Amino acid sequence: MMWERTISSRIFDAINIALLALTALVMLLPFVYVIAVSFSSYTEFMRSEFMLIPKKWVLDAYEFIFVSDSFVRSLIVTVEITVLGTFVNLAFTATLAYVLSRPVIGQRIVLFLVLFTMLFSAGMIPTYLVVKATGLLNSIWAVILPVAIAPFNLIVMRQFFTTIPGELHEAAYIDGANDWQTFWKIVLPLSKPALAAFGLFYAVGHWNNYFSAILYLNDPAQWPIQVILRQIVVVNEAQTTLANGQILLEHAPPAETIQMAAIIVATAPILVVYPFLQKHFAKGVMLGSIKG
Amino acid sequence: MATVEAYPESPAPVPAKATGWRRLKSRLWKDRYLILLGLPGVAYFLVYKYAPMFGLYLAFIDFNPFQGIFGSPWVGMQHFARIFEDREIILVLWNTLVISFLQIVFAFPVPIIMALMLNELRSELYKRIVQSIVYLPHFLSWVVVVGICVIFLRSEGLINVFLRETFGWEPIPFLTNPAYFKPLIVLQVIWKESGWGTIIFLAALAGVNPHLYEAAVVDGAGRFRRMWHITLPAIRSTIVILLILRLGHVLDSGFEHIFLMLNPFNMDTQNVLDTFVYFKGIQQSDYSFATAVGLFKGVVGLVLVAAANYTAKKFGEEGVY
Repeated sequence: MMWERTISSRIFDAINIALLALTALVMLLPFVYVIAVSFSSYTEFMRSEFMLIPKKWVLDAYEFIFVSDSFVRSLIVTVEITVLGTFVNLAFTATLAYVLSRPVIGQRIVLFLVLFTMLFSAGMIPTYLVVKATGLLNSIWAVILPVAIAPFNLIVMRQFFTTIPGELHEAAYIDGANDWQTFWKIVLPLSKPALAAFGLFYAVGHWNNYFSAILYLNDPAQWPIQVILRQIVVVNEAQTTLANGQILLEHAPPAETIQMAAIIVATAPILVVYPFLQKHFAKGVMLGSIKG
Repeated sequence: MATVEAYPESPAPVPAKATGWRRLKSRLWKDRYLILLGLPGVAYFLVYKYAPMFGLYLAFIDFNPFQGIFGSPWVGMQHFARIFEDREIILVLWNTLVISFLQIVFAFPVPIIMALMLNELRSELYKRIVQSIVYLPHFLSWVVVVGICVIFLRSEGLINVFLRETFGWEPIPFLTNPAYFKPLIVLQVIWKESGWGTIIFLAALAGVNPHLYEAAVVDGAGRFRRMWHITLPAIRSTIVILLILRLGHVLDSGFEHIFLMLNPFNMDTQNVLDTFVYFKGIQQSDYSFATAVGLFKGVVGLVLVAAANYTAKKFGEEGVY
């Protein structure tokens, strides 16, 4: 592209670059501060200055949360929910998306049923009662099965399947494959990158989920990390939530560093998958904007 | 943006003169594997999306767990009438609408401005770095976002410590004084979702022909004129569609987010429709009334989204559904 080099244009650029740098800092600095405090020592924290790099790196807060039964248990529960849930999501979404991408009987009706749920839902209470009636209350399946398919993802995945050339289906048919075999042996292997992308998005959703856990799970032993994190940070009950009895309480690091460490641990998996997410999401958003 | 749907036409060995029933049977037999494959997904929608719709019956009875659904007395529209009389609901509706309105005025334009700024960058590398940073908050959970906000704003938090040590001020009760509630909600939405929101505008801008800019430079148009006459018109239709759709969701105010920001100090005055339904229905077990409020919200939402989609089409834009 051609750019002119006038003074006003350069000033414009300088201001633009500076403002965007400021925006990026506003997004980033709170997070850097949280990381810094989570690794800082008691004395350094008590000076309560804004810090971005602790002078001395200590792991007290992390040690404290990782010996806490309730914290470690919630991490394990969350990993369980995320792995199982993502598997269920992909299985349910991919199969129905594939079926709806084929000229199957009843295709229009089912598509309408799916689209209608994007416009209208019965609401929290009736859904809660159905979850209760199907016996899922207080089981981790309650935060998995009722969200087995995100209609939006289903539509996008269906759109993706329709881009697989029809010749492949025909060739498989002529070779004597039925739809089931075509799906397993041809369509799924071709869709691995797409499945990975949808899987990542579903997994992030499960990891970050807070609300359906407090709605459907009453037993603290089943609480996922986000519920524990709220107790620790928002309700400000770090030590009591995490303490394994009296011994631990006496040697507890300050609540603040514990809170920040908990935030970091709960966010670390997201940061790990973020580069992969970034690779996929621009594409995903674009696919979604194409009429399903 | 639309693609033509090109279906791989599978062989359809349906006899031409078959009767309706036989045709159906042969079609079912031909599709038997697909039907089996689609069964779990369809069952999911029927059980967890459509079965609850029958539960909406609760909104028309005075549900009492001891009498059961069919033993409880029929009250017709009584719960809905209550929606318009109950002062608490008027407040809840007001809060929902005000938060939505503030978001449309203050949060909606931010991604547009950010996209325009990103579009003006000459360095691709710098653009990519900024993008990677501003997209990140979208993937953080609301618990983390609200948590970080609480850490910064509570009375012994960084902001209040700063204000005390610099100006000698008393701690400002950001989190407990209801007056700060709505602005904070909007600021958090801006922080978390603005970067993510730029994607759709940047995608629209990627399609702009660079010759347009070059011609404008030759004609002597400065940076702002080019932005105004070339860049903005390129994303105008995207803006219109997103704005109309946002209006359609005016009753959705981000449930998890607001629920997490509620505390005993602002609970009475800052509830929105969704959180109200939760407290009434789940915590106080007033199932019937909560269902009625939820149904009211669902129906108004449906009408608004349908109207929004219709309006978008009137504007010559492609509808979303």
